[in-house]
Order: sequence, then C-alpha cells, then structure tokens
Amino acid sequence: MTSESEEPVASDSSEPNKLAIVAHLETRRKFIKQVAGTSAALAIGPHLVGSASLDQVASTTTPAGTGDFVKVNLKINGKSHALDVDPRMTLLDALRERLQLTGSKKGCDHGQCGACTVLVNGRRINSCLSLALMHEGDEITTIEGLASGDDLHPVQAAFIEHDGFQCGYCTPGQICSAVALLHEGHANTDDEIREWMSGNICRCGAYPNILTAIKEAKTKGRA
Amino acid sequence: MNPFTYSRAADANQAVTAVSGKHQSKFLGGGTNLIDLMKMGVETPNELIDINRLPLAQIEELPNKAVRIGAMARNSDVAKHELIKTRYPALSQALLSGASPQLRNMATVGGNLLQRTRCYYFYDPAFSACNKRNPGSGCGAIDGYNRVHAILGQSEQCIATHPSDMCVALAALDAIVRVRVPKGERQIALGDFHRLPGDTPERDTNLGPDELIIAVDLPAIPFAARSHYLKVRDRASYAFALVSIAAALDLDSNKKIKDARLALGGVAHKPWRANAAEKKLIGQDANEKTFRAAAEAELEAAKAYKYNSYKIELAKRSIVRALDIVAGMTS
Repeated sequence: MTSESEEPVASDSSEPNKLAIVAHLETRRKFIKQVAGTSAALAIGPHLVGSASLDQVASTTTPAGTGDFVKVNLKINGKSHALDVDPRMTLLDALRERLQLTGSKKGCDHGQCGACTVLVNGRRINSCLSLALMHEGDEITTIEGLASGDDLHPVQAAFIEHDGFQCGYCTPGQICSAVALLHEGHANTDDEIREWMSGNICRCGAYPNILTAIKEAKTKGRA
Repeated sequence: MNPFTYSRAADANQAVTAVSGKHQSKFLGGGTNLIDLMKMGVETPNELIDINRLPLAQIEELPNKAVRIGAMARNSDVAKHELIKTRYPALSQALLSGASPQLRNMATVGGNLLQRTRCYYFYDPAFSACNKRNPGSGCGAIDGYNRVHAILGQSEQCIATHPSDMCVALAALDAIVRVRVPKGERQIALGDFHRLPGDTPERDTNLGPDELIIAVDLPAIPFAARSHYLKVRDRASYAFALVSIAAALDLDSNKKIKDARLALGGVAHKPWRANAAEKKLIGQDANEKTFRAAAEAELEAAKAYKYNSYKIELAKRSIVRALDIVAGMTS
C-alpha cells in the first residue's frame, strides 16, 4: 500500500479511525488557521467521511470545515493510495496532481472531450466530472494500468500499429474508452464503433485510424 | 469552485434529513451536470450529500405490470435493460441518444430529471442577464443569440429549453416520479414535475429543496412497445436536441389510431406533452395527412425569435416523421 499522506494511515477499526481523522484534521488545521473556528472540530467531526465512517452521514450541523481536507482511499491500477483531498478535487486532478498518473489528460475539463476517460469498476467515465471522494473503494484503471509489464494491452498495440493518433493528447482517453467499448460489445460495425466512441474527440482527426485500430483489437481479442 | 463540505448518505431518509432546512445543500448523484455547473460558478452549494451509494438502482416490474426504475439507476443501465428495450423502446432510444457512453455510465435517472438548461446565457456567468440564474437580471437570450431556444410555453422572463432526452420519453409515457419527503413519500406526474418559466424561471421543477427523487414508475402501456424517439441535432452524435420527438401509437388492424402518445423536446422549458396533436390523431387513419394536421395543431401557438424560427417547421416535420416511423413498426 502506497500512501501520499504525511499522516499515518488510519486502521480499519472504526473508532481508532475516527480518532485518526480528527487528529489528522487538527494537524492540518495548523496550516489553515484562517479556516479554523473554535467550534469547528466539533462541527466537523460528524461530517467526516473517513474509511471507517464511509456509509454514514452523521447529523449535519452547520456546514463547517470548508477548506479542510478529507481522507480518501483510492484503488488505482491495483494499488491503494491514501490521500487527503480538498472535497473539490476531481478524480482527474487527484490522478494527475497528487499521484503523478499524468496519462489521463485534462482536455476540456467539462465532460465534453473524453481525454480524461478512465475505467471505474470496469466502466468508462469522465474523471473530470467526478469528485475523488466519490470513489472510495472503487477499482480504478487508468491508461497506466492497461499493460502487463512490457506487454501492451491489445488496444494499445493496435493504436500504435495503425497510427491511431497524431499529437497523442486524446489517445489515453481514446484507448480507455475503446477497451470499455470492446467489453460492452459495441464494436460490431463501423457505424456502431463511431457512435459508441463519440464521447472521445480527436482534434487531429485520426478517426479513420482509430476505427481501424479498434477493429483489429477486437479481432485479436477473439483470436 | 466554491468550497463545500461533503458527506455520504446510507439511505434515503438520512439523505433527506441531511438537507432539511438547508437551502445551500445539494444531493450529489452522477455529478455530470452539477459538478460542471459548480466549475462554471453557476451552482454554489456549500454542502454536498453524496447519494451514489443509496440502494436505489433497481429496475423491476411491479405487480400491476408497471416498471419501476430506481433514481440511482445509471442512464446506460436503464437503456440496455430488457424491460425498457422491449416495453418502452422510445425511452431506451432517448437515453442512448443523449450525451456519451462515459456520461451515461455516470448520469442517474434522478439527476437526469433535474438537468438544468444549456442556454448559453444561463451556463456562463460572464453574461450578467439571466433571470434563471439571477432572478430579476433580465434575459440575455430574448434579444440575443437564441438559435437553440424555446418556441412553446416561454415567458418574457425566460426562453430556455429543457435539455433532457430521457424526460421527453418519460413525458410521452405518463411516468410518475416518486419522491421521498421529510414525512413520507409523494408522487408527481411527469407532466407536473417540470415547470414553465412564467415569472419564476429560477424554478425548473416542483420538487422541494428537501425532497429526494427515489424512483420513476412507468405505467403499463402495452402499445408503448410501438414507440420511437427521434432526435434532430447539429451533429450525428453527442449533441443536445434542436428538436426531438417521443411517439407511440395504438393502431387497429385497419391502421386507424386508437390511442397516441406524443411529446416534444428542445422546444420548451419542460418536456412538451403534445396534447393538441394527440387529440387530432385519435380516431383518424394513420397516414401523413393525419400526422401533418396533428403537427399543425400542436405548433399553432408556437412563437419564434430572431434565430430559432426554423424550429417551428422542423418540429412539425419531425412529428410527421416520428409518427410515420412508429406507424410502420411491426410490433
């Protein structure tokens, strides 16, 4: 288990974990003094969503702790990462800015281009429109997690073989999307592939080669 | 994005209690619209209650043959569900015509009902005038670039359109929205769920701030198996509707129309149930002349602006085409 946090990772048992969270915030607050109020610790406590209090909304008192960080465990490409994040942090920013997994790209940042596509529990999503905190316990796969060691994923190999890109910026999103597409069974005709890849924009216009690459990956996947 | 606190709800009651009395709190579903609007500075909640783990994603048949779709069911899962594909094909098609595969995997049924308009003037706070975003500030669209705006039911305060495809199909299918309220549950007919802008365009729906959508019920409509969703847009995929049509026809053996369901998208502040057109259809032969007469009746009250007058004829032709497709269906 890797940890980004400077704080000790909380244990699995519920009570110590809650304590760890409060302790953690108290430490954090030393750095963000302008946010802390005298009653903040009490007000914040029940709001916190640590790994132990995952499914609990406690009594919601006045919103407090704005600016405070919250712990989240993200399981990415098979590895767990304990992070403290601002609630506003998107999954995409957590990947890129906190975990240095910069394969997933920020294109539009508004769910319109697909460059940020990752797989969550096997399903493709736009990581720019999802908060990191929403993914506690999810299995996240990014472009970095598709290959097995030096063996490229068949879709990666096909994109290289068929020149499915020019500048390459949209490519990680295209490939993650194509992996999901094949899994969904939506690659039966050229038109079907085009429709089900429409959430991934390529401004270089490499679409014909992307189509060819996906068709080949499908064939090889069956072989 | 403004700062907010975040917590997760374990059940619907807990979620409703959590937002009760706090108008700055919002439920967080798939996030595809809310987080985008928060990035734009249009939505500024100070508290988000994450409802993604609520056990409300079931799609099931009820004893009375209605189909219940849980509010947290993802758009992609609803679209591919056998009950929806076979009994309400227009709904499956509507969902698949919206957004992208990635967004459909995230977006929930409850969230889709609450989608906010894509009017440029609403979506971008750089425009100061928007009665929906900032009541009393005026409407930038009425005298602005209004190509995608409403032609039916609009007011002097707002000419925005409702962006959802799913809701157009739900309007045609007489869906019922089931809502958890602080003291129990209530039901809202889809036609009463969304509002026309009138003098309060800031209110999109009749849902209260401390009410949570828990499910959508689709009544049994056997002839809805003969239904279709037609979407007309600027590009072939991944674009909002300029005009869309959800249509279902009940035909007898002589192709006479026994019953009809028709709703329009992209034309009004709410999914537009075409009551006038339905009246014109029932009892008539299913042919192009009938369809055109129905379309003319529905669009009689239409009013266009500088850049959207094309929508009136487009809506009429789309009605005719959608009904023609449905009449030609074998099921």
